[in-house]
Amino acid sequence: MTEFKVPELGENVASGDVAKVLVSVGDTVKKEQPVIELETDKATIEVPSSVAGVVKEVKVKKGDKVQVGAVIFTVDDGAAGNGAGKAAAAPAKPAEVKAEAKPEAPAEVKPEPKPEPRPDPKAEAKPESKPDTKVLPMPQRQAADAAPPAPSPAPAANVLPAAASPAVRRLAREIGVDINAVPGTGPAGRISQEDVKEHARRILSSVGSAGSPAAGGAAARASRPMPDFAKWGEVAREPWSNIRRVTAEHLSYSWNTVPHVTQFDKADVTALEELRKKYKDQVVKAGGNLTVTAMLVKVLATALQKFPQFNASIDPDRGEVIYKKYVNVGVAVDTDRGLLVPVIKQANQKNITQIAVELQQLAEKARDRKLTVDEMSGGSMSLSNLGGIGGTYFTPIVNWPEVAILGVSRGGTEPVWKSTPAGPSGSAEGSFVPRQLLPLSLSYDHRVIDGADAIRFLRWVVEAIEQPFLLSLIG
Amino acid sequence: MAQTTQIAVLGAGPGGYAAAFYAADLGMQVTLIDEEKNPGGVCLYRGCIPSKALLHVAKVVDEAAHASKWGVTYGAPAIDVDKLRAYKQGVVDKLTAGVGSVARLRKVNYVQGRATLTGPKALKVTAASGDTDIQFEHLILATGSHPTKIPSLALDSPRMMDSTSGLELPDVPKSLLVVGGGYIGLELGTVYATLGSKVSVVEMTSGLLPGADRDLVQPLEKRLKTLFAAIMLNTKVVKVAEEKDGIRVTFEGEVAEKEQLFDRVLVAIGRRPNSKVPGLETTRVKVDAKGFIETDPQRRTAEPSIFAIGDVAGEPMLAHKASHEARVAVEAIAGHKAVFEPQAIPAVVFTDPEIAWCGLTEAQAKEQGVDVEVAKFPWGALSRAITVDRPEGLTKLVLEKSTGRVLGVGVSGSGAGELIAEGVLAIEMGASAEDLKMVIHPHPTLSESVMEAAEVFFGQSTHVYKPKKK
Repeated sequence: MTEFKVPELGENVASGDVAKVLVSVGDTVKKEQPVIELETDKATIEVPSSVAGVVKEVKVKKGDKVQVGAVIFTVDDGAAGNGAGKAAAAPAKPAEVKAEAKPEAPAEVKPEPKPEPRPDPKAEAKPESKPDTKVLPMPQRQAADAAPPAPSPAPAANVLPAAASPAVRRLAREIGVDINAVPGTGPAGRISQEDVKEHARRILSSVGSAGSPAAGGAAARASRPMPDFAKWGEVAREPWSNIRRVTAEHLSYSWNTVPHVTQFDKADVTALEELRKKYKDQVVKAGGNLTVTAMLVKVLATALQKFPQFNASIDPDRGEVIYKKYVNVGVAVDTDRGLLVPVIKQANQKNITQIAVELQQLAEKARDRKLTVDEMSGGSMSLSNLGGIGGTYFTPIVNWPEVAILGVSRGGTEPVWKSTPAGPSGSAEGSFVPRQLLPLSLSYDHRVIDGADAIRFLRWVVEAIEQPFLLSLIG
Repeated sequence: MAQTTQIAVLGAGPGGYAAAFYAADLGMQVTLIDEEKNPGGVCLYRGCIPSKALLHVAKVVDEAAHASKWGVTYGAPAIDVDKLRAYKQGVVDKLTAGVGSVARLRKVNYVQGRATLTGPKALKVTAASGDTDIQFEHLILATGSHPTKIPSLALDSPRMMDSTSGLELPDVPKSLLVVGGGYIGLELGTVYATLGSKVSVVEMTSGLLPGADRDLVQPLEKRLKTLFAAIMLNTKVVKVAEEKDGIRVTFEGEVAEKEQLFDRVLVAIGRRPNSKVPGLETTRVKVDAKGFIETDPQRRTAEPSIFAIGDVAGEPMLAHKASHEARVAVEAIAGHKAVFEPQAIPAVVFTDPEIAWCGLTEAQAKEQGVDVEVAKFPWGALSRAITVDRPEGLTKLVLEKSTGRVLGVGVSGSGAGELIAEGVLAIEMGASAEDLKMVIHPHPTLSESVMEAAEVFFGQSTHVYKPKKK
């Protein structure tokens, strides 16, 4: 029995959705015969079989997501349609075949797809000899056998012209494709019209993905027709400011890219408020404002050191998570032109007074339009404090490529149950006491941060706020 | 008189008239200019066509002579040169008149006369009836070529002939020296030898038909050794002098008799492009060191409004190459992305046996370091060749070793010129030996040799037992 697995589909294509299954159990498939249609994010690809024989089991169905290397179907090569008994062995190495032999749920996505090497035509030439039926080998050229069924590289330049008919060469010329760069899939590397079109599609899709996906997203939205608002009343049209446009593109990209989760908590800031009032004037003398925001920057800077996955970014192209060894905290600033996020660099190495002073300066620069790009980039995590205006909770959008953002709403005095130590009777007693509580909203990228980690992070932040001594103890 | 035209075509050979007709078919206004009464050019008037008419007659004479072997004996042929010449002329007239009427049907403005360029968009045609100024948007130069002349053979005598006068068939000389062992010399030599002349061939290089693979030339060489009085290789003509009884020729090289007397001498040492177009200097058209007009792959010259095709635009100087270039140039003018990029241009020598090849020759493969394998099918095993008593042929395929892709095809034998078309198609389509092997060929025909040669590549041919080497 031989398995046919999803071959390498092309650069950066690791999986696809099964759009069509072209074989069913009992069919005799030949090599090169298209067996499934896969829809990838780049193109729809007809996947040709690299094996021959009678289909025994089809392991995928329409709509399944399959990874490179997933088994599509198995064939009984005892009944190989290929007279030479040359039914191809699975491209996988024996060890991998074993691992794959366990029945898998068809739609299951393997967690770590390993791209497999392209089937080596030489490696497949092991006929399963059957003692009773003797199949004579056909007169075949050793050299011709070596002709790979997979696209062979374009012939070496300047030696041989491309193996393409005049009509195919004309097509390539007309659509601007270099025929010598087109891999031919036919026998002896012959290039078909389809090969030329496929090559062109590949070029186009690689160019397309290099462009800004955010722009693509914006374009997709812009393409929906606008109603004529004027028929309901007077309207005014104003140009979309550049800063708003950039913010829109950035947030759209982040929203579309980052799987967001937001968790909420409340921190008791009664003690912090007392400290703040006590040292306020001292900070003013230094040239800053001892605000809750400044103090929270310090809290976050300390928390980021304790929870490195919050100081990270994802590189999906390379399949890596990038951990930053620096701690920079961005602070959203509301200006008349829109939202700006200046960054306090190395916040972990600064005390609250320094942070407060720097924050004051950055906020002024933001309002005076004097922030530089450098002062607005390189953040580890961002902080958005809307408490000065109001609101209870909100769900901030992660400032990609960061992976978390803390939203702060308006604090207020609330009754909090305070239990008194258990009396001789053993029953717990207590009373409601007025405390100042600050609502916190933590949005994060679920690709790197799980809910439990997020709540641990948020709890740590809450505790640091409630017991500011922790900051000096750890930070 | 002044005229304007979208396309002017200068020269009405198989390149020029093909260009004019195609342009007219695409809806362009076309003016075709030539000195002859009808289109046709060298090919129809003084080349391919008259020579093939004469070669056909030669073949019949030869077949008749051979028939005694098969039990049918004819008397010695009585040759009426005037009548033969008239037959040949009839063929030429019929074809050129035909092309002329096709030009009229297409509403091509045919102007007879001699053209002088007066700028990148204008020319003047001089004719007995008066001058015509023609303004054009585009010009296609298809001025062709002429027989090469060299000083050592320059002798003003009616006994001295070139291919043009040779085809006029003034008489059947008792003895004829053909200078040049290329296809023109061998074709005309065959005609004269069959008609009764004692023909000698002198060739500077070491073999006949330089450029063709030796195994293809060999069957022809064998036959010509019996047909011709002498084949002098590695030999040069250093002097020709007229005497009362003929031309005294002095040789230098591998020949015993350094001085010989011939009734006539036919010089066929190649052709030169007709790039000395009057007034060409009023344009930016460039001519290379060999005299060819320089063009880009679309056949556009350095002057953007002027194209050049055919013999004047480069080797090989073959009618079918010119006709193909004509289509490329016209399509380029019409705004299409056409380029001249054939993978195989067939060459045919219409001797008996014929020799034809296309694509990569075995010698070129070796020279260029292409890893090829050559598969040959000798006609001794080909039933059709045996039935016509011509078993001396050979069909060979030059194949890419790793894939079996057809890179070159060569045929030597009666009818090779027809067989080669399949080879050209195979190369252009990127076919492999496997494809040729699996295509059913009609039996019994010479074309089976192509299929069987492909089978030889796989070590199994029905009619050749040649076990695969380990």
